[in-house]
Amino acid sequence: MLSRVADSLYWMSRYLERAEHTVRLLDVNMGLMLDRSSTSAEGRWLRVLAALGNPEEIEWRGDYNQLVRALTFDADNRASITACIVSARENARQVRDELSTEQWQRLNRLYLQATEPNISGNGHGLEEFLPVVLDGLHLFQGVTDTTMNHGEGWQFIQMGRSIERAFATVKLLDIYYRDFFVTAQQTPDSNQYLEWIGLLRCCTAFEAYCRVYTADLTHEWILEFLLLNPDFPHSVRYAIDGLRQAVISVQQSSGRLASDELSRMAGRLQASLNFAEINEILDQDVSAYMSNILRQCLLIHDLIYGSYIHYSVQAALSA
Amino acid sequence: MPTNSEVRAQTPGADRPRRKDPALEEYFLDAAFDEMFDDQGVVRPHYESLLSTFSKLPKEELHRRKQSADISFLMQGITFTVYGRDEGTERIFPYDLLPRIITAGEWERIEKGLTQRITALNLFLRDVYNEGKILADGFVPREIVYSCRHFRREMRGLQVPRNVYIAVTGTDLLRLGNGEFVVLEDNLRVPSGVSYMLTCRRVMKRIFPQLFAKYGVRPIEHYTRVLLSTLRSLAPEGRPEPSIVLLTPGIYNSAYFEHTYLARQMGIELVEGRDLVIHDNVVYMRTTAGLKRVDVIYRRVDDDFIDPLAFRSDSILGVAGLFNAYRAGNVTLANAFGTGLADDKAIYAYVPAIIRYYLGEEPLLQNVETYLMTDPAQRQHTLQNLDKLVVKAVGESGGYGMLIGPKSTQAQRDEFHALIEANPRNYIAQPTLDFSRAPCLMGSPDSPSIEPRHVDLRPYILYGDKVTIVPGGLTRVALPKGSLVVNSSQGGGSKDTWVLND
Repeated sequence: MLSRVADSLYWMSRYLERAEHTVRLLDVNMGLMLDRSSTSAEGRWLRVLAALGNPEEIEWRGDYNQLVRALTFDADNRASITACIVSARENARQVRDELSTEQWQRLNRLYLQATEPNISGNGHGLEEFLPVVLDGLHLFQGVTDTTMNHGEGWQFIQMGRSIERAFATVKLLDIYYRDFFVTAQQTPDSNQYLEWIGLLRCCTAFEAYCRVYTADLTHEWILEFLLLNPDFPHSVRYAIDGLRQAVISVQQSSGRLASDELSRMAGRLQASLNFAEINEILDQDVSAYMSNILRQCLLIHDLIYGSYIHYSVQAALSA
Repeated sequence: MPTNSEVRAQTPGADRPRRKDPALEEYFLDAAFDEMFDDQGVVRPHYESLLSTFSKLPKEELHRRKQSADISFLMQGITFTVYGRDEGTERIFPYDLLPRIITAGEWERIEKGLTQRITALNLFLRDVYNEGKILADGFVPREIVYSCRHFRREMRGLQVPRNVYIAVTGTDLLRLGNGEFVVLEDNLRVPSGVSYMLTCRRVMKRIFPQLFAKYGVRPIEHYTRVLLSTLRSLAPEGRPEPSIVLLTPGIYNSAYFEHTYLARQMGIELVEGRDLVIHDNVVYMRTTAGLKRVDVIYRRVDDDFIDPLAFRSDSILGVAGLFNAYRAGNVTLANAFGTGLADDKAIYAYVPAIIRYYLGEEPLLQNVETYLMTDPAQRQHTLQNLDKLVVKAVGESGGYGMLIGPKSTQAQRDEFHALIEANPRNYIAQPTLDFSRAPCLMGSPDSPSIEPRHVDLRPYILYGDKVTIVPGGLTRVALPKGSLVVNSSQGGGSKDTWVLND
């Protein structure tokens, strides 16, 4: 597979995962605005912005509707949902021949829905728009899994999605942890309860959590579930498992350019999550632990690039 | 220009079909050849079924099918990019629902004529880039060849695989008032549009399956397979399992959709310049598994941009060192470099002579009458009649850089007057052609009407170990009423082209 193609597939997938994460974050927090809460509007939306990595040029100006609209429709802002979808499609367009027709049509339709002026110009469209985007993203993921060859290209898509998901989830947990897990009592009051449900919902995890721990929420369990659960698709561990799996598959299919460094890093991160215990993590500096995972994700991203995409011609010729 | 009422008065029986059918109220005939009606106003036999099917469809049903086709094009992302606006502006390719129908007899003449023409042009290129016999014998003036912007001195004395320079051609044909097809342009560099031919057909088959089946249309779906075997047949010696790629300038090119489409249909890699590297005159592509050798490049990048070391040094679309790899015989490019020489519009005037010289035959397809600005008498004639003629820059294509006399302003004519005087070699003039018109579905959804519009025809010719022309082509339509410009970049559309079995 061409390096450029792998690059585009990887980023297409990352942008779509990013869009999905943003949709959920906005949707959940808009829902929480309807309830009276001990969290101030400002605190809530600053937290959302922090979880999104504090995108440039978007600031909290006291009106959450305006903020959400900017994060949704403003195609000029790279962090917005629309911009993510546009970028994903732009990447897909460059590798149009690698995607199945169904994938392309799905993504193209999503793009048209997101950029169609009569949707984004409409003042009331937000509540309808977010679910439409979410549907579109899910459908795209569905046809990707059912119509595309599960070869190298598909593996790069998995890589992009996994790394983006792990990164975003860790970031979100980090922000929430700093914000109120530190001061949490064992049994949350109703306000806190609402916020914690909100956190789980941001990761589509509420029902899955209940199935494992019942509806009793404690911050240890929430952290354990979202960080270390082996079976839940939005847990960090699950995402890193997927990443490692994709790394191994790509290494096997591309053969010649096996990267020891990459497999070692991915394997180490996976193992550290597989064998971690939540109490040990809570006993140490949790923020430092999260930062460490983020750092490793970035390193793995760099290694993927160095091994498959931006390698030097001399190295490749001598191999 | 005669008005409609005059035409009706002049043409006997022209109002006959109109009365029977309200959809045909706007269908007026004039001196141009009409594909559907003969000059008596009687429907040609091969259009009868089509016309009756469309007239019988209730307008709601017609509208529904039209919409279904629209959606199909939009959702497939069949778009082209318009230059001169915001970069990357995409538009749906406009198309018309009524197919253009060509009988078996008409097609046979076209096929023979094109085969003859391409064979001769290929021999011409080989000759000019090697011994230059035709120049020595004085059938084509040297100065016209050497002053051509697309002449590549670098190609002199180079042996190309199978001596094939022009593997892919899309010749533009027009049909004149007497019903004869003539050649307007030989597009020998990187002709586009074949994907529209293929996708239009697929949409038409879905929207009008019964009609299609009833007509017995010859298939065109094997085009990509033939293209692939053509490319394979041109592989460098000693590469029995050649690796073939399609080189695209990238997503901002107007034909990017087509590049992805063809690559996918052939199952070959779609590459951009930045994917290729040259080492020791061998071309490789960068893959996730390291560097992989490339043997044949179906390139959709113009000569000028393909190698910054050999041609334009400011190009970032190309691959540095590609031309040397080509010279070394390690890679084949289709089409070869320098083929633009033979579709220079001044050389075009000599194509009948070229056919006679190499093949000793009379040309089966005629040229459009062409005035060379290098000839003082012809130039004089042209400058005096700028308001009646079409002036074209010799090296341009796609409808850019031309003056349409009857539609021009005095200022535009003055501009071209000065341009021609400044550089006569760069321009040719042709009469304004009244080329044929075919029925198109116009009007609003509430009152659809069938009206005639000017059309051309671009069949695609493949030349590998033999010449193959798939029966069909791209029929381009000048959609605005009275317009003569069919280029998609200038508001033209397309329609499906049905070549019939006997």
